[in-house]
Amino acid sequence: MTETTREAPARSTDEPVSMAGALNLALTDALSADERVVVYGEDVGPLGGVFRVTDGLASRFGETRVFDTPLAEAAIVGTAIGMAMNGMRPVVEIQFDAFAYPAFEQITSHLAKLRNRSRGRIEMPVVIRIPYGGGIGGVEHHSDSSEVFYAHTAGLRVVTPGTPDDAYTMLRAAIDSPDPVIFLEPKRQYWAKAPIARRLDARSLTHAVVRRPGSAVTLISYGAMATTALEVAEAGARLGYDVEVIDLRTLAPFDDATVSESVRRTGRAIVVHEASGFCGYGAEVAARLTESCFHYLEAPILRVTGLDIPYPPPMLESHHLPSVDRVLDAIERLQWDDHVVLPDEMG
Amino acid sequence: MTATETFAGSSAGALPSDEPLALIAADGSPVEGSGLRRPADDVVLDLYSAMVLGRRFDAQATALTKQGRLAVYPSSRGQEACQVGAVRALQERDWLFPTYRDSVAIVTRGVDPVAALTLLRGNWHLGYDPYELQVAPQCTPLATNCCHAVGFARAAALKGESTAALVMMGDGATSEGDAHEALNFAAVWRAPVVFLVQTNGYAISVPTNKQSAARTFAHKGIGYGMSAQYVDGNDAAAVTVAVGDALEHARRGGGPTLIEAHTYRIEAHTNADDASRYRSNDEVLLWLARDPVDRLDHYLSARGSLDTFARQAIADHAESFAESFRQRMSVDPELDTEDLFRHVYADPPEHLRRQARRVAADAA
Repeated sequence: MTETTREAPARSTDEPVSMAGALNLALTDALSADERVVVYGEDVGPLGGVFRVTDGLASRFGETRVFDTPLAEAAIVGTAIGMAMNGMRPVVEIQFDAFAYPAFEQITSHLAKLRNRSRGRIEMPVVIRIPYGGGIGGVEHHSDSSEVFYAHTAGLRVVTPGTPDDAYTMLRAAIDSPDPVIFLEPKRQYWAKAPIARRLDARSLTHAVVRRPGSAVTLISYGAMATTALEVAEAGARLGYDVEVIDLRTLAPFDDATVSESVRRTGRAIVVHEASGFCGYGAEVAARLTESCFHYLEAPILRVTGLDIPYPPPMLESHHLPSVDRVLDAIERLQWDDHVVLPDEMG
Repeated sequence: MTATETFAGSSAGALPSDEPLALIAADGSPVEGSGLRRPADDVVLDLYSAMVLGRRFDAQATALTKQGRLAVYPSSRGQEACQVGAVRALQERDWLFPTYRDSVAIVTRGVDPVAALTLLRGNWHLGYDPYELQVAPQCTPLATNCCHAVGFARAAALKGESTAALVMMGDGATSEGDAHEALNFAAVWRAPVVFLVQTNGYAISVPTNKQSAARTFAHKGIGYGMSAQYVDGNDAAAVTVAVGDALEHARRGGGPTLIEAHTYRIEAHTNADDASRYRSNDEVLLWLARDPVDRLDHYLSARGSLDTFARQAIADHAESFAESFRQRMSVDPELDTEDLFRHVYADPPEHLRRQARRVAADAA
């Protein structure tokens, strides 16, 4: 290795930072802290990534630590597997959600399984960063929410931050994790700013967080939808609903304890996500909560999700994405007066 | 790289020979003019000895499959020169990235045959420690191991280690996208990796001429800006010299090499396959006449480097190796349901601990 360890620059945590900026700081600090960390992918070098998450890293850390690759996702992930076998901690970027599919075999057949296959002899400390989700006016193949493809694969950790602070903390934890991590970055939140604590916290990778406490209904969401859920909670308060908002952060493994504790308290739950509802993440959450909290439930668990369609063109995407109004409608359908929910009213 | 520079590996890339390079002909006579240096007789004798052992191991594995001791076995018979020649070219620190058909290569590397066949026996997916003898897990989804080898080699270069990786693939695997991506990455990165294509005639039933329209697979090297060689895959001397030179070139920072070894799969794809549905017995007989083990026997005998006594000693050693292997495979492996959950993650999450308890209780 030609690079030596560098100290992270001091920076005020009171200054608001965008999620992209927080991710950039996390990569900077990880590259400084551990010379086994390498960052690579398409356009992550001099350009700094199409979302500028790797801005300035190549010039600061050099081409042996941060580098561009040929345009080939299977090899980006496949070579990361080989590098991890040889003691590195690769952090690779897939440029957009739907462009990860050529790497699917490497992710599901090798990255997820090598520890298990080798009885723990081979570690796979690989992070795959994937900007995902819609709401930014992207054309076809630039707005997928593909989390369940990964969440269904044992051996992967699948996580997604909802705030700049979590973006920093979770990416540092992901890079430190001995398990492979699919790190889904909600691109709609890339430019939202908030102060960050710039701290290490391994729990951010394994535990959901209650973003807003409430007593009447639990909104369970993640990624960009965690922000929508907070907006719902504000609007709901004006309508008389005391809404609790959970940001899952980790989709796999699922934090049963935090979520079921909340739902046992509120008795009502709605899962909100951008991805299609059919066989979606919300179906798993609803099933688990039904199994663990049945006697505490006052109403069926509802889902407010993307439609069961291919991701729509940008001029129509607002119909697909769960909105504050759609979630509020769902809250009102939670049998507050023992109203029966008919199938055609369900989200 | 500036816009005026061309490809990273553009210094490499002469066309390979149209005919496979050989040092020893099918009848055991020496071949001159290949450009490959001729290895000393003790090197060839070691290859012969390892190939006799490898073939005996392979026959034993096939027999164990018929007895139901292995779930499936893809035989290496006929490809011993490729697998032994290539592995003998590795230095201790180099890594081997094999496929499921490379059990003879893995055993030649020194892996215990019982551990080597754990995957095919079915008691676990991998039976050996990859870091003990620098042997990656056998790859079943073909050509995916090419990307692993390139990444491994790139990491070695970044760390300043003079270690090379050797990755094995068949002619069918060359059609996979991962093979193309790995070859391209290796050339652009000048990664210390050697790609060995064992062209054995068939991808299960699909013949080589339905796999590619290229003159040879080695001819693809020039397109990647990569050195390439086309060698006789039934000539262990040619294989070991070509692979050895390529590995040394890689270790010195010269970049990757693509080597195609032309050989033949004597057995069916696996015990579950019926080769008579897609190839003629005459074709198999033609290749039996080019047998790689007999070739070295004739070569060494003619040079006075292998006599009846030495031949018998080598055969006896192979026989006792197979006997020990057979006996140990006749003992049922110990199974532990806890293993299903232990290494899915570094630290089993709560839901897997629950499932482990349930499965253990059900099994009790």
